[in-house]
Amino acid sequence: MRTPLYEQHLALGAKMVPFAGWEMPVQYEGIREEHSAVRRHAGMFDVSHMGEVEVEGPGALAFLQRVLSNDVAKVQIGGAQYSCLCNEEGGVIDDLFAYRLGGDRYLVVTNAANHDADLEWLGRQSRQFDAIVRDVADRYAMLAVQGPHARTVLEATLGIELPPRFHVSHPQVGRRPALACGTGYTGEDGVELLLDPEVAVPIWCELLEAGIVPCGLGARDTLRLEVCYPLHGNELNAERNPIEAGLGWCCKEGTGFIGSEAVARARAEGTAEKLVAFEIEGQGIPREGNLVMQGDEQIGEVTSGTYAPSLELGAGMAYVRAELAEVGTEVEIDVRGKRRPARIASKPLYAKRS
Amino acid sequence: MADATYPDDLRYHEEHDWARIEGDQATLGITWYAQDSLGEVVFFDPPEVGTAIQKDSSYAEVESVKAVSDVIAPLSGEIVEVNDVLQDSPEKVNEDPYGEGWLVKVRLTSPEEAETLLGVEEYRKLLDN
Repeated sequence: MRTPLYEQHLALGAKMVPFAGWEMPVQYEGIREEHSAVRRHAGMFDVSHMGEVEVEGPGALAFLQRVLSNDVAKVQIGGAQYSCLCNEEGGVIDDLFAYRLGGDRYLVVTNAANHDADLEWLGRQSRQFDAIVRDVADRYAMLAVQGPHARTVLEATLGIELPPRFHVSHPQVGRRPALACGTGYTGEDGVELLLDPEVAVPIWCELLEAGIVPCGLGARDTLRLEVCYPLHGNELNAERNPIEAGLGWCCKEGTGFIGSEAVARARAEGTAEKLVAFEIEGQGIPREGNLVMQGDEQIGEVTSGTYAPSLELGAGMAYVRAELAEVGTEVEIDVRGKRRPARIASKPLYAKRS
Repeated sequence: MADATYPDDLRYHEEHDWARIEGDQATLGITWYAQDSLGEVVFFDPPEVGTAIQKDSSYAEVESVKAVSDVIAPLSGEIVEVNDVLQDSPEKVNEDPYGEGWLVKVRLTSPEEAETLLGVEEYRKLLDN
């Protein structure tokens, strides 16, 4: 599948890669430049591959409270909230943001790779509720504009007012209704724009002209990894619960969501493994699947690893045995047969200097 | 990154490596195409001096932000020098793949292997296909 911006990516000389059934740009000029553009100025990502699901009806809140791990009742109109979508065993089917667009109308943004599965799960679970679940992925192109200058450039270029962090507003963009969401996946301030696909190209070009740097999935991954945002398929999956992933903060078991009993048990009893962040000390770049060692013993496995451009070293995240998950623990990462000394580090790995 | 270049005084291997042969020694590196495919090189893990390397086998790794790639030996030999500059400035592999971005120097153990390598025209043809 191709996003409405596919031709723009080719015109900019992007390297395209297959991702969850989509042909997406992994980089334009280079991951490091794009990464630092977002840290220092403003970058934009075509994330139109992400899915959107609308939930509407008098029972929308009760339904979402049942399927999402967070306390959805706390979300005011125009608010946004992060949640896990759990199965009965507390495993994470997907992680997502829910936006409250109106009194009984919500929008949920899914990961591209999970969109169909989420839709099926939500459809099935919604039967006992007075709520309609609608696949609206085709209605939106999605543009994440991120970086310390993202808001000012966007407001000046598009002539719109943007919502504060974790809020959503309904501006007109390109003379079409749009959604502006104060969310992102980079650790920087910024917004995610849900646009009418018809206006995606002219808006993209306007923002390019305004100096916003086009960024690919490569930089998206290094940016999120430095601030330790989990990626479903790497840190999260249906066999891992939110507690071991460090996402207990977005689970409110009192709401009785599907999986809440398993999550409560994991919280009370502790988990065998925990998701940690680590930094390589010295040379070497960890990669997904590398084993985490202590002496001759395997104590875990790397879920994401990269060269971290802002830290200028190899870093990543890994599941390790809970008793060895403490910050400061010295470990070794087996990088293709070479043992690279590493240290469990506090999250996020990259913290903005204020 | 500069435009694609393939100097005509080098011999090429189909795995996108080059060799500059001088007597019984050769300097080895990766081609413009290889560094462009890989993206910004952030780490070069060299073999130790004295290591024997085998034509068509991996002798080192270069890594970009996203990926790691084996470097294939175009010729057999023994490592006599590695490019230490790359420890602090691995980006030289991108900026100047045939100059400052060279990887290792080897003493050739089977100099006749050079005949199996590609000339610049043959290598360009390979890239066009």
